[in-house]
Amino acid sequence: MSPYVVLRVVSKLLIPLIFLYGFYVHFHGEYSPGGGFAAGVVVGVGVILYALIFGLQAARKAVPPYWARIGMALGALIFAGVGFISLFMGGNYLDYTVLDPNRTYLGQHIGIVAVEFGVLVSVTAVIIAIFYAFAGRERPAGEAED
Amino acid sequence: MEPQVLPAALAAHAPALLVMIPLIMSAPAAMIKNGRVAWAIAVLSVLASLVLAAEIFLATRADGAIISYAMGGWEPPFGIEYRIDALNAALLLLLGSTGFLALMFAGPSVADEIARGKRSLFYSAFLICFAGLSGVASTGDAFNLFVFLEISSIATYAIIAMGWRNDRQALTASFNYLVMGTIGATFFVIGVGFIYMTTGTLNMADQAQAIAAMNGNRAVEVGFAFILVGIGLKAALFPLHQWLPNAYAYAPNFVTTFLATTATKVAFYVIIRYSYDVFSVHTGFVSNAMIWVITPLAIAGMLVASTQALFQNNVRRLFAYSSVAQVGYMMLGLGMATSLGLAAGMLHLINHAMMKGALFMALGAFALSYGIRRIEDFKGLGQAMPVTSAAFTVGALSLVGVPFTVGFISKFYLIQAALDAGWWWAVAAILISSVIAVFYVYRILVAIWVTPQGETDKGAPRRVPLAIAVPLGVLALANLVFGVYADPIVSIARAAADAAVYGGVTP
Repeated sequence: MSPYVVLRVVSKLLIPLIFLYGFYVHFHGEYSPGGGFAAGVVVGVGVILYALIFGLQAARKAVPPYWARIGMALGALIFAGVGFISLFMGGNYLDYTVLDPNRTYLGQHIGIVAVEFGVLVSVTAVIIAIFYAFAGRERPAGEAED
Repeated sequence: MEPQVLPAALAAHAPALLVMIPLIMSAPAAMIKNGRVAWAIAVLSVLASLVLAAEIFLATRADGAIISYAMGGWEPPFGIEYRIDALNAALLLLLGSTGFLALMFAGPSVADEIARGKRSLFYSAFLICFAGLSGVASTGDAFNLFVFLEISSIATYAIIAMGWRNDRQALTASFNYLVMGTIGATFFVIGVGFIYMTTGTLNMADQAQAIAAMNGNRAVEVGFAFILVGIGLKAALFPLHQWLPNAYAYAPNFVTTFLATTATKVAFYVIIRYSYDVFSVHTGFVSNAMIWVITPLAIAGMLVASTQALFQNNVRRLFAYSSVAQVGYMMLGLGMATSLGLAAGMLHLINHAMMKGALFMALGAFALSYGIRRIEDFKGLGQAMPVTSAAFTVGALSLVGVPFTVGFISKFYLIQAALDAGWWWAVAAILISSVIAVFYVYRILVAIWVTPQGETDKGAPRRVPLAIAVPLGVLALANLVFGVYADPIVSIARAAADAAVYGGVTP
């Protein structure tokens, strides 16, 4: 364990706030600067900070590399899945208006936040996977365990 | 009303589902570890895409029928429009059917060439590539086209590099393609930018109207030039083909089979779309580009790439150079800027997919059984693998253009179109290029059938897995059947050319 007590204590306090800030950026994305991409980077950075302070091993235990692989695909699934939900609700592909039963602009809000959540998941996973791949200089996240 | 195969609710959303099913299914394929399950997912999604393409194809059979789909409910020209007429419907059908046949072949071939832990990721990348190509072929939005072009290209770089287990040169081949493909994509997007700047719209049908009204604008012409170079690179238009021989030679066999039958074709379609529909081929600078740029390069490609093919020892490299020459034939048809010429180009596009599909699949079967790829090693294959060798021979003869094969049909129509345009010198170039093709095909066929085995004993005849024999047989038979009974393919090509020349995206 490293002797940097201040760093460890401060980062322990900060990391939950970083995650929270990530979601703040995410939920403001549809009408102000922000959105899933920036939010995903912020959330990913939270994990990277943890890895920098507490070591790669601890980070791998907290966020196993195969989560990154699943997350990348899951994000794409969420994005495309929203499109299929709007299909089933009677609209065109990715038509957000139908997501609100009353067909108001609220549907657009819901749709964008949902789709951007997919982006958030994917970007977070990719950021973490890239970090693991470079930091570990081992096999990339995809084939960590066979 | 055209006959509908699918329920109306499904058919109405066919243009979106066609692209989105492979795209979304790539995610579960990447999540699981089991290569076989990923393969099954890939087969099912490509099959679904094929069925939807067939449905769209039937719906566009009526004269001038255009299917338009507003993505996300945003009406064109403001939203992204998917716009399919007889031209891209033919391409989508080709994409689906060759993709499906190639995937059947993928089962044993990928199991042989790709590491176990990588197979599901490989199929995922393939699905993304397939979805990207379908997207390019169905979208009516210039920027969306660029995005799908990049989606398919990036996935292509990955799956080409997966050939590194056989030959580490796959890595440099893929990297070369990455650099050149990125330059091509950049040129394309610069061109789109120029046109967007002047017309203020990204919808291709809308752009067409604005450009027609403009009646000559230098910025738009520059945009066209950028697009032509950028897509010419993707289509392996001579002399922008440098990435292709190595990429085809060192990629996994399945990838080469799929790319040779689809990737350059989709880029060729984009050139048709831009030069005939977004721009008008009758305006001065486009017709100049056709006569003074496309046609000379097409003929140079036919002659030079065929000659280069003569000197190759690696059989897959040989056929890769031959592919560049065949792109030349298609470009020649395009360069004539007549309905007949374009129909001949489209006909050759479809036929070439059949020939190269059969050839590369047979090469894959040889590689699977003996791990060989050089001409010297092909000695005695005729005895060791007679059926596969026969299928290979059919594909090779078709490539040369022997009567009763599809190669003859496409050359016949191409020569007819050239004579109709009064281009006797183009006829001469076609004949010379065909004679060169006789020589390079002759070398391989003699090695397979005539040359005694010598010390390189092949042992007892080997069985080819059914998963290879069936698609290979289908492709080889298609070469023969459509070589005799050519009407279906010819009518598809004519309808496609008519859609581009008379209808297309211009409302």
